[in-house]
Amino acid sequence: MTQPKKKTTIILFSGDYDKAMAAYIIANGAAAYDHDVTIFHTFWGLNALRKEASVPVQKGFLEKMFAKMMPRGADRMGLSRMNFAGIGPKLIKKVIKKHNAMPLPQLIEMAKEQGVKLVACQMTVDLLGLKPEELIDGVEFAGVAAYLADASEGNVNLFI
Amino acid sequence: MNVAKVLDAKGLACPMPVVRAKKAMDELQSGEVLEVQTTDKGAKNDLPAWAKASGHTVLEMKEDNGVLMFWIQKG
Repeated sequence: MTQPKKKTTIILFSGDYDKAMAAYIIANGAAAYDHDVTIFHTFWGLNALRKEASVPVQKGFLEKMFAKMMPRGADRMGLSRMNFAGIGPKLIKKVIKKHNAMPLPQLIEMAKEQGVKLVACQMTVDLLGLKPEELIDGVEFAGVAAYLADASEGNVNLFI
Repeated sequence: MNVAKVLDAKGLACPMPVVRAKKAMDELQSGEVLEVQTTDKGAKNDLPAWAKASGHTVLEMKEDNGVLMFWIQKG
């Protein structure tokens, strides 16, 4: 098997737990298929990369508001359907456990272990007022050109 | 059949059986056989698809008491 590796790129725009879970399951599957995998996080998808702990950083008023209103880390994200003001995610985590599936934070860990490239869109990081130190380690920062460079060679390109 | 490695993926759900199979296969030499045991019903299609795309060969598959067993030869 000397042919160059196939590529999978996923844009994670959504900040919903279920949609992010789908994105990370596909990413892990693609990595097992020996693809080079990139997940490009933009807008609400960036919340999947936030550290769970609050990081003391200097911010303006609007940026502080954004930081407060958005979920801090993958485990705190809501569901796209049946969120029920936060009860939905608790229920889904229960069934995830029951069926021995992997919860989102572990899927992200595993993706990192498998060498999936996690990219944060710099422009939206700035828009939402996030600081690099608020995101988990190992995240790269890039823009649309870097994404297109990967995606134009991609065999699988998804927008979630 | 000469099995070089046995992977117990019982109880694990998608995408774990394939992720574990890939890791186990990486440690084998070409021609060696990996035995995969799983209870994930999706694996019936998943593992053969993965094996084909990765250049491996499924030699045999059987189901016993809810456990799916695959013997996959590394390509």
